[in-house]
Amino acid sequence: MINFDYIRMKSLQSTVKALAKFPDAKMIAGGSNLIDLMKRNVTAPTKLIDINLLPLKFIEEGKDGLRIGALALNSQAADHEIVKNKYPLLAMAINAGASPQLRNMATFGGNIMQRTRCTYFYDTSMPCNKREPNSDCGALKGVNRMHAIFSTNDNCIAVNPSDMNVALIALDAQVVLLNAKKERKIAFADFHKLAEDTPHLDNHLQANEMIVEIIIPENNFYKNSYYVKVRDRNSYAFALISVAAGLELEGKTIKKVRLAMGGVAHKPWRLYDAENYLQGKEVSAKTFKEAAKIAMKGAKGYGHNDFKLNLAPASILEALMKAAHLS
Amino acid sequence: MSHQKYPENIEQDITCSSRRGFLKATTALTAIALSPSLITKAAVNHSDEKLAAFFEKIPLNLEVNGKAYQMETEPRETLLDFVRERLQLTGTKKGCDHGQCGACTVHVDGKRVNSCLTLAVMQEGKKITTIEGIGNSENLHPMQASFLKHDGFQCGYCTPGQIMSAIACINENHANSPAEIREFMSGNICRCGAYPNIVDAIVEVKNGGQKG
Repeated sequence: MINFDYIRMKSLQSTVKALAKFPDAKMIAGGSNLIDLMKRNVTAPTKLIDINLLPLKFIEEGKDGLRIGALALNSQAADHEIVKNKYPLLAMAINAGASPQLRNMATFGGNIMQRTRCTYFYDTSMPCNKREPNSDCGALKGVNRMHAIFSTNDNCIAVNPSDMNVALIALDAQVVLLNAKKERKIAFADFHKLAEDTPHLDNHLQANEMIVEIIIPENNFYKNSYYVKVRDRNSYAFALISVAAGLELEGKTIKKVRLAMGGVAHKPWRLYDAENYLQGKEVSAKTFKEAAKIAMKGAKGYGHNDFKLNLAPASILEALMKAAHLS
Repeated sequence: MSHQKYPENIEQDITCSSRRGFLKATTALTAIALSPSLITKAAVNHSDEKLAAFFEKIPLNLEVNGKAYQMETEPRETLLDFVRERLQLTGTKKGCDHGQCGACTVHVDGKRVNSCLTLAVMQEGKKITTIEGIGNSENLHPMQASFLKHDGFQCGYCTPGQIMSAIACINENHANSPAEIREFMSGNICRCGAYPNIVDAIVEVKNGGQKG
């Protein structure tokens, strides 16, 4: 690892002012992703701003819903009574990710900013448009077993690796961003981006901005939530496919539904068309199968990941069946 | 713009942009947090070059296994390298060095973490516990005794990390069934495959009502 300048910030104001002055500086919180990338020379920031002393570790209920500070730990949320009781989908998704040690380090802000685990992104001897713009995509014709099936292009077929993000997009979360001049709030669904012509950018966060908090509006999914994660071993591996399902039922009728997938796109992938189809229908395996079919429209395999075209709808079906307590 | 909902600790301005400027500006901001009075004084006097030299090594005050240390650290030094190379506490093992195996597990303020993926400089004021801090050969920690009894290892390389993780697993209340133990010990890889015996060792300590 190359050496770097290190500073430790105590106030938000100082932090965003430093970001405005030093756009090449990177913030470090848990460090579990960033330090790994620095050790592998995938990224080599010359300035690190340690933000761990900022007052952003809160998890509390506010008038807009659940407020989670950017520095709240993943383990802190997964073990939090309010999260477990009212937002179990988030707790399930977090506990499906990484290991207990890493969840003790990983913060909400850091998890949202987590880079892809594409092996071509990690291997600096291989081409990768995300790591080095215009160097080509090694995965496109390479070993692309882990890669995307939705809204891809030839620039990049990497996926967003986070489980937590799948739950946050399903739960209509919002993200509060701050720069030296103003605060802005955006839908979590609009935070991450597709690869487009700029695969080196994972999201719309500006260099002078930081994530300060995440807001999850209240919902009635707590009785009927489920997170399915399919991976190469039972625990502690990235998702091949994951599905977050939240249902609000009135008897057997679906009053409200939220569905999202991980491991399938450059961003956490919300299944809007399948949600629209399910709205107002009665829960049944047949209906859920049809929803899964609708969700798969436009999916495309790249060879090694063709199995996802079957695994994804099967996982959607499983998540919905479990959420509805039909299996 | 109001930030009343995020209480501020200190408020300072930054007025420069060069590399040295980064140090200078940030010194004013953080000197209170991370440096002895000498550096604070130097910052006030704007003696940049001296400051830069100071800042290539940053003062680090922390407690390891109950003992207070006043050291200096290069920012890029990981906590793992710090305890092994600087404090000669070599019980904590370097396995993958990328947070994938758990051999480097230590407790920071009572929480288990991968010491390979955190910087020593980030541990200012923290209490670190390594495998050397939980017991010794005359007075084993119950988890150490249980690993011995149940043969929870073969080569032993992953064992310090397994034991630190196992103690935390019980303290976190995530050891209520063998299935839960397996899930919440998944961050510790044992290539000898001693997993069934490790689970047995943890179950016994948990059932004995002994907190880590």
